[in-house]
Amino acid sequence: MKLTDLSGDISEWLSGAGPMSDVVLSSRIRLARNVAGHNFVSRSSSTEKTQVLETLKEVLLSIELGDERFYIGIDQASDLTRNFLVERHLISRHHALAKGPRGAVIARHEFFTGMINEEDHLRMQVLKSGCQLSRCAELINRIDDLVEQKVEYAFSCRYGYLTACPTNVGSGIRISVMLHLPALKMTGHLEKFLNATKDMNLAVRGLFGEGTEAAGDLYQVSNQVTLGISEENLVRDFEAKVIPEIVEYENAARQKLLSDQPEVLDDKISRATALLQNAHLISSQEALFLLSHLRLGIGIHRTLGVTTPAIDRVCALFGDDLHRGNASIVTINRLLMLTLPAHLQLNHGQVLETTQRDALRAKLIRAALSGSS
Amino acid sequence: MQCQICNKKTATIHLTEIADGARTEMHLCEECAIHQGIAAKSQVSVNELLSGLLASQPSDEELFGPSDVQKTCPHCGATLNHLRKEGVLGCPRDYEVFEEALMPLIERAHNGMTRHCGKVPSRLAQHSKVAVECSRLRQQLHAAIRKEDYEVAARLRDQISQLEKGGGS
Repeated sequence: MKLTDLSGDISEWLSGAGPMSDVVLSSRIRLARNVAGHNFVSRSSSTEKTQVLETLKEVLLSIELGDERFYIGIDQASDLTRNFLVERHLISRHHALAKGPRGAVIARHEFFTGMINEEDHLRMQVLKSGCQLSRCAELINRIDDLVEQKVEYAFSCRYGYLTACPTNVGSGIRISVMLHLPALKMTGHLEKFLNATKDMNLAVRGLFGEGTEAAGDLYQVSNQVTLGISEENLVRDFEAKVIPEIVEYENAARQKLLSDQPEVLDDKISRATALLQNAHLISSQEALFLLSHLRLGIGIHRTLGVTTPAIDRVCALFGDDLHRGNASIVTINRLLMLTLPAHLQLNHGQVLETTQRDALRAKLIRAALSGSS
Repeated sequence: MQCQICNKKTATIHLTEIADGARTEMHLCEECAIHQGIAAKSQVSVNELLSGLLASQPSDEELFGPSDVQKTCPHCGATLNHLRKEGVLGCPRDYEVFEEALMPLIERAHNGMTRHCGKVPSRLAQHSKVAVECSRLRQQLHAAIRKEDYEVAARLRDQISQLEKGGGS
């Protein structure tokens, strides 16, 4: 299995499938587990880490998952490989930058990753496109059961699954939903949204970039409480309440943009289209920023069934059937991922300087928006 | 309004203090407020949160007396000081060894919750499973009482006592 087998296309979790996929890019559930009888990673010797790594690697590669898996030794991997895996959400940045023996077992279709010796001995995640949390929960629970048959987890009746950081103790579950919220930002409602999530004990951060200035208007909403609430209740709460409410909020903001400021909306979409079609150098941040506007236009058309002259032009570029519009959203998702720095370099077959990357990114986007596809 | 300390940035944090009947107001930018220990950074990592929370508790001596500060986990060798510096625990046993020090932090991080009521490993002994199930039911019982749904509450209470009887046998 070569990484270039993956890098040429988007991950399945970004395929635009699944419910509410105009706003919800993907759903992820992660479980934190530790092996009983061992120190946590931060106080493990290199020998102990290697021992845990070998055990968990063997288990994760041998369980019945219905998909081929491969192992990557993160401590031996190149910077480019690590960055690529971070960009595809297959490992965390923490895992990429940590020290000592560590690795990741990844399913060929990328719906599953097990990070070994991250902050905890084992962090397993299931990723799916759109809002598919129940499906993620079902899968991760089954995988967890299979692992547990072969490994004894550190567990206490009082505190549940014992994790290196007490903020994860209990179920060790972290639900993260990746959202595209451009209209909330444009209508100035983002701050209100962020305050509301704080009251609900949710953490929100930008998917790319720092702080609340999320590049591409892409946000990740996750639970913070892992103790005293069952996994089922948490998943149900997210899927039936939290996420639909956020999506409704974003869609209401999109409606408002259409009715109150159609010319602002069309201006943003048209400018973004023109820049993306003509730029010869484009940074990753700028690409995310502009692609977000195109994605908003297509989303409005798909979900609200409304179109404007600028939206029509965008959909026509992708040769989309205006009544379905699926190809457009997939193309944008594809560009969001394939224009990230490590993807560009891996697909080009060499490490590139910033300007070379900016040129290559612009070329890729121009080709996709040439209207001939 | 400009920050009263640096006189450069816009003041976003406004503090009113009333002490001995006298009212004082302070207007600071986020950076100066963090520097003064008045505000927390808006984006903190989990580890920073842990060290921050541990550090914001009363001093170790005040809380546990000198012997607890010296306490070392017999399994991994960690002390409270290590945990504070590293931001993570050293081994699963630390949860028992440093329970007193960790409890306020756990409560704060988990919205006041202190007991697990989720999944239980299947290899766990039956009585342990019963203990977790009872925690889960107790939580539902509290919720039912809050909602004044006494019929459900009574049913849950009976379920708990039955489980406890069965679990203890």
